[in-house]
Amino acid sequence: MDTRELTCINCPMGCRITVTMDGGNIISIEGNTCKRGEVYARTEVTTPVRIVTTTIKVNGGVSDRVSCKTRESVPKEKIFLVMEAINKACCYAPVKIGDVLISDCAETGIPIVATKSLEKK
Amino acid sequence: MNNSYDIIIIGAGVTGAAIARELSRYECRVLVIEKDEDLCSGTSKANSGIVHAGYDAKPGTLKAKMNIRGNGMMPVLAQELDIPFKQIGSLVVCTDESMRSGIEELYQRGLTNGVPNMKILGREEVIQMEPNISENVVCALFAPNAGIICPFRLNIALAECANQNGVDFVFDSKVLSVEKKGDHFEVTAPDEVYRCSAVINCAGCHSDELHNMVSDRKLHITPRRGDYMLLDRSTKGFVNHVIFPQPTRLGKGILVTPTVHGNTLVGPTAIDTDNKDEAPVTADGLTQVSAGSARNVEGVPLRQVITGFSGLRAHEDSGEFILEEVSDCPGFFDCVGIESPGLTACPAIGEYMASQVSAKLSLTLKKEWNPICHDVKKPFEMSANERNALIKEHPEYGRIICRCETVTEGEIIDAVKRPLGARSLDGVKRRTRAGMGRCQGGFCSPRVMEIISRETGIPLDEVTKNGGNSKILTGRTKDEI
Amino acid sequence: MRSDIVIVGGGPAGLAAAIAAAKENSSLDILILERDSELGGILNQCIHNGFGLHTFNEELTGPEYAARFEEQLAGLNIRYMLNTMVLDVESSKVTAINSEEGVFEVECHAIVLCMGCRERPRGALNIPGLRPAGIFTAGTAQRLVNIEGYMPGREVVILGSGDIGLIMARRMTLEGAKVKAVCELMPYSGGLKRNIVQCLDDFNIPLLLSHTVIDIKGKERVTSVVIAEVDSSLKPIPGTEQEITCDTLLLSCGLIPENELSRAADVKINPATNGPVVNESFETSVPGIFSCGNVLHVHDLVDYVSEESSRAGRSAAKFVSYNGPEYSKPAILIKAGNGVRYTVPSNVRDINVEDDLIIRFRSGNVYKNAYVDVLFDGEVKMHRKKQIITPGEMEQVIIKRRDLDEVDSDITIRIMEG
Repeated sequence: MDTRELTCINCPMGCRITVTMDGGNIISIEGNTCKRGEVYARTEVTTPVRIVTTTIKVNGGVSDRVSCKTRESVPKEKIFLVMEAINKACCYAPVKIGDVLISDCAETGIPIVATKSLEKK
Repeated sequence: MNNSYDIIIIGAGVTGAAIARELSRYECRVLVIEKDEDLCSGTSKANSGIVHAGYDAKPGTLKAKMNIRGNGMMPVLAQELDIPFKQIGSLVVCTDESMRSGIEELYQRGLTNGVPNMKILGREEVIQMEPNISENVVCALFAPNAGIICPFRLNIALAECANQNGVDFVFDSKVLSVEKKGDHFEVTAPDEVYRCSAVINCAGCHSDELHNMVSDRKLHITPRRGDYMLLDRSTKGFVNHVIFPQPTRLGKGILVTPTVHGNTLVGPTAIDTDNKDEAPVTADGLTQVSAGSARNVEGVPLRQVITGFSGLRAHEDSGEFILEEVSDCPGFFDCVGIESPGLTACPAIGEYMASQVSAKLSLTLKKEWNPICHDVKKPFEMSANERNALIKEHPEYGRIICRCETVTEGEIIDAVKRPLGARSLDGVKRRTRAGMGRCQGGFCSPRVMEIISRETGIPLDEVTKNGGNSKILTGRTKDEI
Repeated sequence: MRSDIVIVGGGPAGLAAAIAAAKENSSLDILILERDSELGGILNQCIHNGFGLHTFNEELTGPEYAARFEEQLAGLNIRYMLNTMVLDVESSKVTAINSEEGVFEVECHAIVLCMGCRERPRGALNIPGLRPAGIFTAGTAQRLVNIEGYMPGREVVILGSGDIGLIMARRMTLEGAKVKAVCELMPYSGGLKRNIVQCLDDFNIPLLLSHTVIDIKGKERVTSVVIAEVDSSLKPIPGTEQEITCDTLLLSCGLIPENELSRAADVKINPATNGPVVNESFETSVPGIFSCGNVLHVHDLVDYVSEESSRAGRSAAKFVSYNGPEYSKPAILIKAGNGVRYTVPSNVRDINVEDDLIIRFRSGNVYKNAYVDVLFDGEVKMHRKKQIITPGEMEQVIIKRRDLDEVDSDITIRIMEG
């Protein structure tokens, strides 16, 4: 049996959660103040995930970069693969918030969406 | 430009620039060679900005003569060249009754040197003039003709005026050797070899090295470092005059002074070093500055510090200005050891050296010479009507780039595009004050960089802080690493 | 030019204030003056997420959060001018400048100050050393990376573990830079705990508490920094020096509310916050001048900025809309008691509180298993246990309107060790 201490990253409360595990099985989760915390803890000790926020190259816009994000979390170990894929890519102005810029990023199944609108030059 | 000149001036600090301006009155080809990327890059950019009254220097010395003459020339020069200058007067403060004779001595020295209108003030008078003065004040030497000036504009304006009147300038050109070849000199820089009849050595901390290339009678410069703290403009009015302690062997001491732009300046230390190329601010220096300031003034608002800086003064072993033709190398003229009161003295040194060199080369005066040089147009120094008329015609004067010092895009464009214009962040800073305010460029520097890039064609990631390898950016995001 | 309400700054505070004012009274003319080329303020460069959990129950990035407010402007009587810098504020007049109008004045009935804050620069920190290129405040670096799309450096040391420093540690790493360490002067981090996890732990970036930078080397560009451990009086401990090779130093050492305009308007400033002293309506000491957002006190959560600014905007609209009877009773003072560095607001006129009063505050120290006490006229009224209270996380206490009736002269917020 071992315990892992986590800080939940879901919201700025940052609850300290203690996960007790036996081998690969979760025995208990304590310290969260909401259900999302429990979900986070469960995922974090098995298959940690993260949202990646960055910028992407733009052609023909008033600026040549626009901010974007993975629409949902991606496996933490794939963060740099996701970044590489975004860095190689390029999108075209005009861009609207929410536009899908890459439909499946680095084979995670998760799209990259724009988080800001950008007009054509 | 062809590489043959009558006169080559080495160094584009205040000394070289002042001499260049004076020589530009004559029919001759003059080149100023500067090792750094811009004017005003050495001692001239990191000093107290004081125009000294002249009681401090030893009577009969060149320091004394040049100080007095320079102080006398400054008001007209400031007008001709658009230099911020205020004759606010100075106080040498005595806080120990047993040191009173030192004040009397300075006063007498001042009389001998020809300093006008000095007075020794009693305790009450000093307190009235300076409410924040030390509670231990005994008396003070008051010299009304001391002043504060913008050293950047002084240097830049002297050079711009010289350039307007035909003097050439070349930058990023460190002089590697000077050789006398019969009746002329060969001055070698990394990219070029120049030829001239006379050389004027204004190379600051390196002026001994240049002198020693041509003379057997060696000179020696010790770079003397001075740390400063610059306080926010909200401290304006904390002191009203330049406040000096009584001087020591090491110099005039740590002063507390208003600056001509409304800040308060505290410093400098006087720390001898052997590094001519780097002037760090040290923890010890900062401690000395705060302790030193507290001796004469109560409650100096050091918490309002916005930046510290440090400069090197060229102290020659003799402790004097060496302003003469080198006896074993005729045609090579020294301006060596230009430490304090070098800033004050520079117009006088210009006059003095120009007269020596023009006599040597039998130069004739030009029929027309323009002493006037206008600074970058500043909308916030104009009347409201003038300002709005300017903005209507040139909308870039309506776009504020540096919020802290209220500097517009129009001013920055002017600073970049004018002859001898800025090509770096520091160059823009010295000409416009953008980046000198309380946020120290945090808000404006990306915008200033964009303007420099746009107006000069330098790619944004090659824009530098002050030339050489001082690039601000290392590349674009999403570059291949 | 004329307007009913002028709002200085079109960032999250200004947007929320404008919208709330317009909704309070749709006949009012509201003008936002913004110095940047777009609305949104600092949110435009905060491309990370964590915004909007309280406001929208969603986790948004900065630009998305800003867009939620900007969308609302269209249907409301709100004008805005971009690339416009406010130069001066008086009680019913704002002076500004832009390229089209030159210097112009706007006469108004109320002003809401939403200028945000700036970062403390190297010079104000007295960090010894040379002054090469490669030293940036974290926010300036953030702008360069996220808006202009340029890297400020490749090998980075960060001083200051506030959120901006932590966020930039991650951002620089994602864009291929090597962040060698985050140094923090205090024995605790200034940023949100979640940011330590997802910005430092995720990338194995060491957090060195009780460390500071004591020297910067490199004549033209940074070549290294020297760090040292500090003792309990925050002085470097000799012998603990370490030199770290790097080409960049990012500084995240404090935000300073930009109150030059407030001072020019003779608004009284609270030295504990460096922001205006305000009452429950977010009105400053000058009637008709209101203040909210980071210029009032530096926030950690934009959601609180929006909530506070909505109140301020609504108050400004009410101020313009009608002239009620003079409030004669002295205001209830809100005092910062043991362990509390400051409170916002500083005083309350209970007649102006509708449903509840939110008092926001920060502790001066880290407290574990402590109690937040609320005292009415010296008597404990609320006693709430908190597992952890740190200076880096703003706290709040909510007092219902009916409870306020019990207060005679003052409310004290204090922190007691458990």
